[in-house]
Amino acid sequence: MATSPADSRPYDLAVIGAGPAGLAAAVTAGAAGARVALVDAGPRPGGQYWRHRRGDNGALHHEWSTFQRLRQGLTDHADRIDHLAGHSVWHVERTGDGFRTYALHSAGGDRGGDGDGAERVVDSRTVVLATGAYDRQLPFPGWTLPGVFTAGGVQALLKGQGVLAGRRIVVAGTGPFLLAVAAGLAQRGATVLGVYEAGRPTAFARHPVVVARNGVKLAEGAEYLATLLRHRVPYRTRSTVVAAHGTDEVTGATVARLDAEWRIVPGSERRLDCDTIAVGYGFTPQIELALQLGCDTWSDFDGALTAFPDSRQCSTVPGVYLAGEVCGVGGAALSLIEGELAALHAVHTATGAVPDPAAVRRLVRRRRAQLLFADALYEAYPVPLGWMDWLDPGTVVCRCEEVTAEAVTEAMADLGATDARAVKLYARPGMGLCQGRVCGYAIACLVGARFGRGPNVDDLRALAGRPVAQPVPLGTLARTVEDE
Amino acid sequence: MSGGASFEFRFDDETIHAEEGQSIGAALIAAGHRSWRSTRIEGAPRGLFCGIGVCFDCLVTVNGRPNRRACLMEAMPGDQVRTQEGAGRGDLSC
Repeated sequence: MATSPADSRPYDLAVIGAGPAGLAAAVTAGAAGARVALVDAGPRPGGQYWRHRRGDNGALHHEWSTFQRLRQGLTDHADRIDHLAGHSVWHVERTGDGFRTYALHSAGGDRGGDGDGAERVVDSRTVVLATGAYDRQLPFPGWTLPGVFTAGGVQALLKGQGVLAGRRIVVAGTGPFLLAVAAGLAQRGATVLGVYEAGRPTAFARHPVVVARNGVKLAEGAEYLATLLRHRVPYRTRSTVVAAHGTDEVTGATVARLDAEWRIVPGSERRLDCDTIAVGYGFTPQIELALQLGCDTWSDFDGALTAFPDSRQCSTVPGVYLAGEVCGVGGAALSLIEGELAALHAVHTATGAVPDPAAVRRLVRRRRAQLLFADALYEAYPVPLGWMDWLDPGTVVCRCEEVTAEAVTEAMADLGATDARAVKLYARPGMGLCQGRVCGYAIACLVGARFGRGPNVDDLRALAGRPVAQPVPLGTLARTVEDE
Repeated sequence: MSGGASFEFRFDDETIHAEEGQSIGAALIAAGHRSWRSTRIEGAPRGLFCGIGVCFDCLVTVNGRPNRRACLMEAMPGDQVRTQEGAGRGDLSC
């Protein structure tokens, strides 16, 4: 291949992703004396949670001091941790005695963007997958108009770029993340016309113990609510944006009340004049590398496909460890703990160094508390299937291939598709550049609904399997084959 | 908003101001642009959607290379950024 590390011995760990989970894993392993390759697509460490520009003072970030400590850890152990920034991983495979990770360095050095630059192959004894998650989307009429953003996209623009996505903004979807996004926008001077929470998050009150143990997070939520109140931003539950309007860009939104199944309450529709809509319905873990490696997956409580970890954060494939959202969306605090645990066990596997049992016990205890909180969140913010009621036949469901809801239905009704795989082959949803990352959940729901069930694991897998995780030049693929 | 030194790049026939470290997509949004691509089939306008490199909606041509994700690629002084039509491979059509 084009490049290889100066030291030809395999790394003890290849940690993929440099968000909270990956950073914690890399620094923990480095501190334990292991040799680590930290492979990350971003130009700087931090992932989505600590996304920042050069020279950022962290004012907009939570737990910035934790990030600074981890970043310092990368420096302190620089002799053992190789941080490969700007490297997009497109494939990971098992080798005789470990794993081989294929990455592309972005063409413009550390300026990010798309990799058609140098190829990089990383051999390692173990792999820690810390690939994170992105906003889950539900399609609705008009959602392809410029000015409709994911909630995470609006947040990335604000926190990572210092740019407001628009002036008159409607925030909609489900989950506590919407509050953080809306509060940030209001503080920075945008007019937030409302936060429309499709769910009715009252289930939390049923978990007093969980609530008591997670006071910090709830205080964070209360802080966001106070900010919204101060800026007179309405917060409406069981309502959401069911249509976006405009010709070349968004000029308005229809918000409506929803019943318990998320069907529109007839007559409740109301038009708002806005230039921007920020939407997100929870998160989808990035699991394609786990699927490439053959790790077992399951449908998490909220219907998202996640890789399945054991108590040591090991996947069902020996040597492949999981940390952070890839094994269930639970937030940064949980990701940090999982990263540490995954690293301690991966180091044990790679080098034989036995982790301190007291440290492991402490981490396991903290993980249990965080997992309880995550489960309570799932229960508070479910995604029922009535959202399909919002679609028109002509609503684009797959943004890349411009496949409509009608075309998906036809693939089943007229062409005889009975599962997501067949629908994908007949109508092409999920076949574009994003490879079903955006539409996968929605397509699985549409297929399930036709056969009287929810989105099932097989349908989700059919739309989440990506043999090549990132677009790569054909020449790179060809060279990889020649090498074998 | 806070940021480092500012500089300029070209977007079609327009001069865009960017701050050091800003992505091309962010600088375009800050300059009031919402779309910089038309889709292959419908010719519909698209701009930034996910903002983190997942959706590939924000593709743009940078210095002659099509299909760059504007949300990820940092702007550089003197970049020549162009609206992308369809797959951005008009040069290959016959």
